[in-house]
Amino acid sequence: MSAESKASGGDGHMGHVTVTNFAGRAHVALNDKPLRANFRRAMDGLMTKRAAQFPDAADLARLRARGAAIKERALARLPELLEQLETRCTANGIKVHWAETTGDANRIVLDIFRSHGVRTVVKGKSMVSEEMHLNAFLGEHGIEAVESDLGEYIIQLAGEMPSHIVMPCIHKNKGQIGQLFSEHIEGQRYTEDVDELTAAARRVMRAKFAEADAGISGVNFAVAETGTLVLIENEGNGRMSTTLPPLHVAVMGIEKLVETLDDIPPLLALLPRSATGQPITTYVNMITSPRKPGEKDGPQEVHLVLLDNGRTRVYADLELRETLRCIRCGACMNHCPVYARVGGHTYDAVYPGPIGKILTPQIAGLDVAEDLPHASSLCNACVEVCPVKIPIADILVRLRREAVRPSASQAVKGGGHGWTLSEASAWAGWKILNAHPALYRMGTGVLATLGNLIPSSLPPLKAWTGVRAKPKFARKTLHQLARDKGFDDA
Amino acid sequence: MPDARTRILSRLRAAPPSPLPDLPDWTAPVYEPAARLDRFRAMFEAMKAEVHDVDAATWPQRLRTLLDNRGVRTLLHGDGSPVAAQLAAAWSGDDQAPALVAYDRAVEDLKDDLVHRIDAGITWASAGIAETGSVVLWPTAREPRLMSLLPPIHIALVEEDTIHDTLADLMVRQGWALRMPTNVVVVSGPSKTADIEQTLAFGVHGPKELIILVIRKQLNAG
Repeated sequence: MSAESKASGGDGHMGHVTVTNFAGRAHVALNDKPLRANFRRAMDGLMTKRAAQFPDAADLARLRARGAAIKERALARLPELLEQLETRCTANGIKVHWAETTGDANRIVLDIFRSHGVRTVVKGKSMVSEEMHLNAFLGEHGIEAVESDLGEYIIQLAGEMPSHIVMPCIHKNKGQIGQLFSEHIEGQRYTEDVDELTAAARRVMRAKFAEADAGISGVNFAVAETGTLVLIENEGNGRMSTTLPPLHVAVMGIEKLVETLDDIPPLLALLPRSATGQPITTYVNMITSPRKPGEKDGPQEVHLVLLDNGRTRVYADLELRETLRCIRCGACMNHCPVYARVGGHTYDAVYPGPIGKILTPQIAGLDVAEDLPHASSLCNACVEVCPVKIPIADILVRLRREAVRPSASQAVKGGGHGWTLSEASAWAGWKILNAHPALYRMGTGVLATLGNLIPSSLPPLKAWTGVRAKPKFARKTLHQLARDKGFDDA
Repeated sequence: MPDARTRILSRLRAAPPSPLPDLPDWTAPVYEPAARLDRFRAMFEAMKAEVHDVDAATWPQRLRTLLDNRGVRTLLHGDGSPVAAQLAAAWSGDDQAPALVAYDRAVEDLKDDLVHRIDAGITWASAGIAETGSVVLWPTAREPRLMSLLPPIHIALVEEDTIHDTLADLMVRQGWALRMPTNVVVVSGPSKTADIEQTLAFGVHGPKELIILVIRKQLNAG
């Protein structure tokens, strides 16, 4: 998620439109009727299904408290747990690598592949690999990486980025997917039949799985106690990618740790139910070692790449650190009134929606994230559903503050980038007006008599009035009305 | 110059400490013994898996019918497992029975058959979970990992009294933390996806069908 990758991603998935900030892109998205219909339908369904999974509010409250505490404990002990994970994994035969930047992580993966003569790779779904733009990097070095999750496969065919962290092609309907398949899959006719489309993907992917020299996956939870990588999924492509090829490389953010195996069941009770409203995913795949002597399948080598990419910087600030509790369920975006209307691509970032609005500015910097912290009405819906109780709204407000008036915190990159003379002057004027009663009375008096004469096309007003009706000033100010009612101290 | 590992860890250690909260109480659900199997069955059936009651002696005959109905011609089983012996004994001399294929060599030598040709695979489940309708597969050298993944139909045999209430309960009772194998998989249905318009489709990569055979202790008496 460097500035350069952001720039290259920008026009790739916004079609012909080149808009540089969220507000501009949101206007485009709001006028895209099929896109809005696709998201509305999907978000409504996901919210209903999640609610049905948590019928008892008290049970849910206990479970969320447990989930939040598990992640809080893991973060409090992060350095020692990372060392414990490394020790356990190494003892189990998993090779552990450390990467400070996405560039370092990409090079580590490439080196592993080169030393094994890898040409083709199958990938399970991994947000960290999206963060790394790993497919593009490997492609540039002559290694074909095929996404095997159906949704990821579809957007890879379309040359797009995921629009949702759990359901990457949620922005597309079956007509659009049918079209893509008929263009890209040999012998596939156009169809909107979901079973037929799924069968076509199965056919293509089977061959890819069989010929792949290596598999790449993400990690949902890494257990420090046992050195176990826990991966959850419904399709089986994750199991394929981590079992069939002779080499498996897992990539994970350093915050994905938990202390003990006992931490897994409560997190499993939270994640799929929050994400897709399922009681559990079809597969919970726990990997603790490569193939042992005598075993007949599984990769001969397993590598784990631990990625920092700004996480240690975020970690340095106790308030922002809470962001790192995220278990990537996507419930915040499913319940976000902004996300539901503009869709994931409008955020122009690897992580969209509420969690993306706080994660992107922290990882990439406020200078790169531009107006993302403002892409929220602070309605708190995300905070209410977050399974690990991340105070998303508080962190958004903190980031808005940092964007104009940076604190001393080293955790924030690009602070102050959002400062503008016009906004700063407006607030300075506001402050003077409110601190001087005579000036205040004069100002409101002038607006009451002349305010309605200000044309809505006046440049400083236009950003607001372009999409909203200009409010009408009352003929009398509140103070005047109060005096009329007999309050003589008004 | 210190390496990435040292730098990452030292940055984390330099950060201000945060409190270590106690884990608040949370208990996984508990079911009445009589309701356990019902829950197991209902949850699986909601996920489009089939659950059949069988007894320890005659399940191969029952399986035979289930496979015939699906036109299964080849069945993959573990090499030298009790399952294999029982199947061979029950189906011997039966020309119409599905051909039994043993997973008796490394995947590299069996890949083509596994990926493209085998119709069904049968494995033991080391336990069942009532809460979520799940079976636990604990693959071994004898019953490797891909048996339950590559064939379009997966049959799992599970003994009634290994069905526990929850994964949390099972992990503690069986002491998993001290003996994690190469791989353990909790399976709760056939392979599925809802990536296209939230519409469920089965068998996207793994098995299209999951058949659970529950070996009941007192099927005939009960």
